[in-house]
Amino acid sequence: MRGYLVRRSLQAVVVLWAAFTVSFVVLYLLPGDSLSIKLGGLEGTATQEQIDAVRGAHGLDDPVHVQYVRALGDALTGDLGTSAQTGAPVARTIVDALPQTLALTGVAMLLAVFGGAGVALAATFTRLRALRQVLLSLPAIGISMPGFWVGLLLVQVVSFQWGLLPAMGNEGWESLVLPALTLALPAGAMIAQVLAKSMTTALAEPYVETARAKGAGRVRIHLRHALRNASLPALTLAAVVSGNVLVESVVVETVFSRAGIGRLTAAAVDTQDVAVVQGVVLLAALVFVVVALAVDLLYPVLDPRVGRTV
Amino acid sequence: MAAGFATEVLPAARGHLRFVLRRPGLLLSLVVFALVLLAALFPGLFTDGDPLVGTPRDKLQGPSAEHLFGTDQLGRDLFTRVVHASSLSLRATFVAVAVALVVGGGLGLASGFFGGWLDDVLMRVVDVLQAIPRLLLSLALVGALGFGTTKVAIAVGVASVAGFARVMRAEVLRVRSSVYVEAARASGVRSGGILARHVLPNASGPVLVMAALEFGIAILSVSALSFLGFGAPPPTPEWGVLVADGRNFVATAWWLTTFPGLVIAATVLSANRISRALDGERGQDR
Repeated sequence: MRGYLVRRSLQAVVVLWAAFTVSFVVLYLLPGDSLSIKLGGLEGTATQEQIDAVRGAHGLDDPVHVQYVRALGDALTGDLGTSAQTGAPVARTIVDALPQTLALTGVAMLLAVFGGAGVALAATFTRLRALRQVLLSLPAIGISMPGFWVGLLLVQVVSFQWGLLPAMGNEGWESLVLPALTLALPAGAMIAQVLAKSMTTALAEPYVETARAKGAGRVRIHLRHALRNASLPALTLAAVVSGNVLVESVVVETVFSRAGIGRLTAAAVDTQDVAVVQGVVLLAALVFVVVALAVDLLYPVLDPRVGRTV
Repeated sequence: MAAGFATEVLPAARGHLRFVLRRPGLLLSLVVFALVLLAALFPGLFTDGDPLVGTPRDKLQGPSAEHLFGTDQLGRDLFTRVVHASSLSLRATFVAVAVALVVGGGLGLASGFFGGWLDDVLMRVVDVLQAIPRLLLSLALVGALGFGTTKVAIAVGVASVAGFARVMRAEVLRVRSSVYVEAARASGVRSGGILARHVLPNASGPVLVMAALEFGIAILSVSALSFLGFGAPPPTPEWGVLVADGRNFVATAWWLTTFPGLVIAATVLSANRISRALDGERGQDR
């Protein structure tokens, strides 16, 4: 177990380093000069000497590999550079915005997992063919809805017509409901799709027959026997989906005018603030690594056979 | 030739037709998708108005017989704008899927066929790209490349390259070890010839299906990025932009967000339904 954790931590470090490198290549080497932002849009009036001075001050005259090594060294000490727009340290900016977005993502994932699993279980449990057909067609619809549109529809109906929940802002739990619902819809739909499929497969397995022969009730067979085996693919998917949900917050936080990582990212892309964008890419990679590790540790709990190979 | 048409093509076509007619959902999806394609190619068939010119006297009117989707704050007919927007949005979607297919497929082909260090390097890059959510990758690329419909389309396509490369590589590995490739090599066909004549045609099936599945995802990503304001500059109509424009009038003019969004959702739903049919249902049916 100890060796396993060490190996996984090393893998995590490699993924983070690679994400740093890929984002460095994309953001710093592609055409498009971040210098104009640093000059504050004054490049038209700045003299050549002033431009050279700014380039020199930011180390943009050095060869690319020197810039890369310096940026990597800084990142290792927790210094992700400064935002070209606000001048604040990127690491600080991200940490400040993180709690709001983590709360939103967390609530959305809870809604997605329970909602998605609920739909999938109801669809496989019911004996009414019509109801099953309706439930099974829901995920396909959920996946096809643009998130920004769903959010605006919710604002329109729930906030303005019914006057129930706030349409924007970060105040209190009420403001969390609509954005979380918007984020949860596509995520839950994907989970429901996969879980319904693997539940159907699991229910055709011989052990279900055995359980039935021993006199287990339908609820027990579905929840204790089939669900436990069917949940592994859904769990893997949920790990991938949680990263998507984090990034979808770019759209949803814009729709609901909430402060957080998503709004920060949208603003950074808008102003081509590359240091902030790179910071968010690293954050996403970190989330991916942590969630993947958590899922790997959860596998043996659900399926003891997995644990023996570790 | 004529006999072949009567005995082979006709029954196959009849089979396809029966397959579609038995599935009302698929039929509806085909109709919707055909209409959207028509609107994109020949907007004049649906409306003769100008998407950029409005009559200020008619501003913010609800849906009516005259203005099917209502009018916006400048009195422009929303239906006309949605119809004209579909051409730009669908073109961006096609570009995105083509980029993903060609670049991803090409990398997967090279990786699987040549193997060695090239394979190692490419697959590690693919691993990393798959650790970053696709929308974020597109956003980072837009941040680097700049704004505009084409750049957004390229960014969305590049973000999907990793998945295509992986699928293509797996398929190439399978084909590469097959007997006919061995036979071709033994009879002295050069690498390039084997790649183009034997490996590519036999390995491209799964990637093409993946491209069909990618279509719906690409529509959503392109319109999300254009909603965020990274696509065409105003007043050019794009689906995402239209929804974003209506955002300021959510409380008073519901039609401005509802209808463009509904068109996006219907198009994605149809595209997904059709690609699912292409993916396997037809095969299972036989």
